[in-house]
Amino acid sequence: MAKYLLLKHYRGAPAAVNDVRMDQWTPQEITDHIQYMNDFADRLRQTGEFVDEQALSDQGMWVRYDGEGRPPVTDGPFAETKDLIAGWMVIDVDTQQRAIELAGELSAAPGAGGKPIHEWLEVRPFYGVAPTITE
Amino acid sequence: MDELLLRSLTPGVLGVLVRRGADFAAAEDAVQDALVEALRAWPDDPPRDPKGWLVTVAWRRFLDATRADAARRRREDVLEQEPPPGPTAEVDDALQLYFLCAHPSLTPSSAVALTLRAVGGLTTRQIAQAYLVPESTMAQRISRAKRTVSTVRFDSPGDVGTVLRVLYLVFNEGYSGDVDLAAEAIRLTRQLAATIDHPEVAGLLALMLLHHARRAARTATDGSLVPLAEQDRGRWDTKLITEGVGVLQAALARDRLGEYQAQAAIAALHADAPTAAQTDWVQVVEWYDELVRLTDSPVVRLNRAVAVGEADGPRAGLAALAELDDGLPRYSAVAAYLHERDGDLATAARLYAVAAAQASNLAERDHLTRQAARLHAARDA
Repeated sequence: MAKYLLLKHYRGAPAAVNDVRMDQWTPQEITDHIQYMNDFADRLRQTGEFVDEQALSDQGMWVRYDGEGRPPVTDGPFAETKDLIAGWMVIDVDTQQRAIELAGELSAAPGAGGKPIHEWLEVRPFYGVAPTITE
Repeated sequence: MDELLLRSLTPGVLGVLVRRGADFAAAEDAVQDALVEALRAWPDDPPRDPKGWLVTVAWRRFLDATRADAARRRREDVLEQEPPPGPTAEVDDALQLYFLCAHPSLTPSSAVALTLRAVGGLTTRQIAQAYLVPESTMAQRISRAKRTVSTVRFDSPGDVGTVLRVLYLVFNEGYSGDVDLAAEAIRLTRQLAATIDHPEVAGLLALMLLHHARRAARTATDGSLVPLAEQDRGRWDTKLITEGVGVLQAALARDRLGEYQAQAAIAALHADAPTAAQTDWVQVVEWYDELVRLTDSPVVRLNRAVAVGEADGPRAGLAALAELDDGLPRYSAVAAYLHERDGDLATAARLYAVAAAQASNLAERDHLTRQAARLHAARDA
């Protein structure tokens, strides 16, 4: 039992095989894509492996502390070159192999021409619980 | 209201329903409903016969659910008649429940969830909170698990080994959220030990008790891990240790050694040492040799290398380590420790940092990072 984050990028991931920007797709292709994503999440709810999913706006900024008594410094919007996260899904699965299998399915979501996007997804294990018995 | 008493009644109540002819999945749902109802109703109106109350409510829930299912109308007619009391072989029922919930056709996470609910009497919400997943996800996991075992005959013989592996998993998950999984694993293993006379069940119980005894000493007030050698042994729970050692000795006397007894024996040797320095490492190594023979597990060999390092010196530990695959989890942490003891602080510091990056949990990562930092600070001083 381990949790994994499947991270989807707007930018910054290696180029997908079917690499066409979404605004170049037909409306039906967009509908089909969204439907695929929803169906995928529903399937994981049915198998008892779903934990969370969230989509992120690409409107954001950098923020940092600027010293005592000063307001934080902001910088943004993000530069065009920045690695940008689009959203994530968190799954709870028995093995890493299962996490890879599911990420592969998610990456097969249809895009332009109704063909799979083959986009690269970042798969990151969560830290688990420190086991009680270690010796 | 005593929630533990309520939950301890779960397997018996479920057994009654199954014996009356209810299928396992429907009976388990009905018992869960009855438990939730009991949690609501009992504080104001405690029943004189808690188990009888649960059986009555669960049976009614089962009939209601069956009635609602039109496809089962014919069967309902049969069940509607006053059910025969059924034989009261509760011991067998409880054991069968353990077997069913740990059935080899289930994935580990499904077996754990089903065991905690059907045998442990935890609610789906409690199990979901313990494993940090949404309640709906846990509900699905449990209902799929029940479907998976739906064709298994309730009275078919099972394997104690699969049950022990599930209980071990629950114990090792420790304490997160509202439910103390370690305590629950001990309760379920104790209940199992009372049901079946098996040295490995006793071995696992002893192992859990001996490790649980150290719990208060395992973490500092800031939540960081305290390694065994640095623990304040005055904070170990001597009552649990005494019980664990007693259970273990009785099991070992049966002369049917298994991996849990061997692990418990190692834990008992640690428990027996007044200080870390007084640990009988030679005996610990001997038990690891037994464990290697029993399990042939690379993780056991890794732990054995640590013990060899203590018994025969760090060079001997490193030699034992050299025979193992360096891709093993915690390999770098062990190597770092042995190199430090051997006086090679630069290598140790580098390996602690590598080990920190490879850690699978935050407490261990932070601990290993501190070890690297400590050596760096010593070098710079």
